[in-house]
Amino acid sequence: MSLSKDTIREEFSLLKKHPTLHYLDSAATSLKPQCVIDAMNEYYAEYSSNVHRGLYDLSERATTAYEEARKTVAKFINAKSEREIIFTSGTTHSINLVALGWARHVLKQGDEIIIPLLEHHSNMVPWQMLAKEIGAKIVYWEPRKDGTLDPTDINKYLSRSTKLLAITHISNVLGTLTPLKQIIQKAFSCGVKVLVDAAQSVSRIPIDVQLLDCDFLAFSGHKAYGPTGIGVLYVKEKHYDNMKPVFGGGGMIREVTTAHTTFNDTPHKFEAGTPPIAEAIGLARALQFIKKLGLSAIHSHEKALTNLCLKELNIIEGIKIIGPAKENLHESIISFTINGVHAHDIATLLNEKNIAVRAGHHCCMPLMKWLGVAATTRASFGIYNTEDDVYALADGIKNVRKTFKL
Amino acid sequence: MYSDLIIDLSKNPLNKRIIKQATNTHSGANITCGDHVRMYVLLNKDNKISDCSFEGEGCAICIATSSLITEYAKNKSVAEVLSWTEQNIFEFLEAEIGASRIKCALLPLEVIHGALKEK
Ligand SMILES: Cc1ncc(COP(=O)(O)O)c(C=O)c1O
Repeated sequence: MSLSKDTIREEFSLLKKHPTLHYLDSAATSLKPQCVIDAMNEYYAEYSSNVHRGLYDLSERATTAYEEARKTVAKFINAKSEREIIFTSGTTHSINLVALGWARHVLKQGDEIIIPLLEHHSNMVPWQMLAKEIGAKIVYWEPRKDGTLDPTDINKYLSRSTKLLAITHISNVLGTLTPLKQIIQKAFSCGVKVLVDAAQSVSRIPIDVQLLDCDFLAFSGHKAYGPTGIGVLYVKEKHYDNMKPVFGGGGMIREVTTAHTTFNDTPHKFEAGTPPIAEAIGLARALQFIKKLGLSAIHSHEKALTNLCLKELNIIEGIKIIGPAKENLHESIISFTINGVHAHDIATLLNEKNIAVRAGHHCCMPLMKWLGVAATTRASFGIYNTEDDVYALADGIKNVRKTFKL
Repeated sequence: MYSDLIIDLSKNPLNKRIIKQATNTHSGANITCGDHVRMYVLLNKDNKISDCSFEGEGCAICIATSSLITEYAKNKSVAEVLSWTEQNIFEFLEAEIGASRIKCALLPLEVIHGALKEK
């Protein structure tokens, strides 16, 4: 498979159904290739049955497919073992699971959690909730003026009480890439554990959890060409020693008496109830799809479009790129404002030209406040986007300015 | 949706000022888009609106609607303005606002209603 415009777009039935659509909202959710939809349909049509408990062929097939999906995920991020992979409902669930299943038992009153100001609410609110409950303190890491994180700045925030750094790999507003390796090394040398929010990066940047040496890593299926309702939490195996289940129920137990319950092995004890079976199968298929295309091919395709888009937008009067103005520093995501036009008006007018973008605070209200803007308009790219989409956006924005008589 | 009326009023809204001697004031915001509006109303002895104005920031729909509401509310009775619904707003705007943006048009209406219900 190549990234040539005609073949790749063929994989996405939504684009065939809407041939004039310019879908520039992949950072919110990516479109799903037919192979993912087919893999899920195949489960539903041919071997839909519950996992782990059936003693018949279909259930065995479903169980194998579900557990194979875990292996596919483990291999994709180079985890040491598939035991380190917990299936969740998404990034948000994964981060909450670390907060409630691990941090709640390990952190004490007065301990500190470092969080960059640019985090998505899903990597901020769970920590605020936990901090309030156990009397921990959140220390907010302020980015450089252009929104990027200077890895040496972490020294300003580390203290004897720091226990955890919860940090995004790619900002969903600015598109900036966090220099994780340097930051994690520094944190590691101070005994600080690191959780990485890989929601925006897993479909475009190669992730090797052993090389990164992060302690936890979270992502969602639906932003990586997979289905909604499935996510992943990677847990470095040794942390299971201090981690307790948050939900109880079927599947997570070994034996239950009226007096006492013993838990199943990891990772199953963190997956109470019937898991998202079709979704896990779909996610595995999506990761295989990404692998087949090649992350480096995907990345260079998206990078070229992003750079072209920056160039096109930068020459439009009154437009302001949020974050670094320089090319190459945005990973598939560009947020911008237009002087004199509210972000929602921009998005509504672009919609009239069949251009789908997102406008608002993008679940990053503290970042918006720091940037001093109420809302931005955000365009984001996926493998199916083309130069056509970029030019349509640039023309669309010129039309917005014309409509507003600017 | 973006008629000249809406564009022009959003750029140069009427009654965008503070009424120092206002008898009734009220504020409201749409957190998700950052729109916020404050309405000022001056009631006379007969419970009629003798002056009306607003302050705030927001999208074109929100600002144009605020401008139109403050314009149409003048010299009306409190009861009449309280009876306004989204249908009246569509008439003022000379356009129907779709579901994705209706909140922007309704915010100024909610705020003036809030002001008029203040004792
Ligand atoms: C950086 C980042 N983190 C976390 C999330 C939350 O993902 P989900 O809503 O799939 O749990 C998102 C998605 O909006 C995101 O962009």
